[in-house]
Amino acid sequence: MSPGLWVVVAVLGATTVLGLLWQRSNGRMRDAAAPAPGHPALAGLELDLSLPVTLVQFSSAFCAPCRATRALCADVASRTPGVGHVELDAEHHLDTVRALDIRRTPTVLVVDGAGRIVRRASGLPTRSQLMTAIADLV
Amino acid sequence: MLLDPRGPRFSAAVTTVVLVLVLITGSGWLALAQAVVFALSAFRPALSPYGLVYRALLAPRLGRPEELEPAAPFRFAQTVGFGFAAVATVGYLAGAPVVGTVAAGFALAAAFLNAAFGLCLGCEAFLLFRRATHRPVQSRVPNPSAH
Repeated sequence: MSPGLWVVVAVLGATTVLGLLWQRSNGRMRDAAAPAPGHPALAGLELDLSLPVTLVQFSSAFCAPCRATRALCADVASRTPGVGHVELDAEHHLDTVRALDIRRTPTVLVVDGAGRIVRRASGLPTRSQLMTAIADLV
Repeated sequence: MLLDPRGPRFSAAVTTVVLVLVLITGSGWLALAQAVVFALSAFRPALSPYGLVYRALLAPRLGRPEELEPAAPFRFAQTVGFGFAAVATVGYLAGAPVVGTVAAGFALAAAFLNAAFGLCLGCEAFLLFRRATHRPVQSRVPNPSAH
């Protein structure tokens, strides 16, 4: 087998693994490091965060996964008592986006009743990922 | 300028095949051909040879895309590809096949990630750069003629 063929096998194998890992990281909920009460960037938005859980979704106007995420979050919020959903256009909240280190849309922040960002996911989450993410808060 | 995103993805698939052949054969001339393709696509996406094949044969069968992507990130990614392919060409033709293999290997990794997973590393780097310099570019926009 020529050395070039070995390189092909190695490169395709490694990138397949990396690509699959990247796909899996889409929509995965990450716990916030040390949830601080009432993140100032959120406070500036004057959202009603009185519910036990508010799903704060950052979207851009033209993004297919954002539409799917909106549909999912809205559905979960309508079926689950104590869950609210707010969608914000990232383009109109650039300062907040920078302050919260939001790098992609859609990004969903799971915010508790005290205004703490408990966890977040970038990319479209599955329904079960989302339900698991709010289970300990509702 | 806006592109049908399926075109660049098709081009990435063809590029993957070409780069696999470059690595197996060690052909500097094939690497040069791919470098020329990259350069054409970076200069003017409408001239991209693989894109022309896509538009002639595949696009008519697929219907209109729902979303379009700006050309700038694609052109940047093609420029990066050209860089790697040019190094590979010089490496293979000047008798330094290790250089050629390493450069072609990196280009293959990027092309394959794009073709198989839709992840364009060059595009992501460009979008990050634009965001960091406070001139963000949207990665996708709706196709006004799709509905």
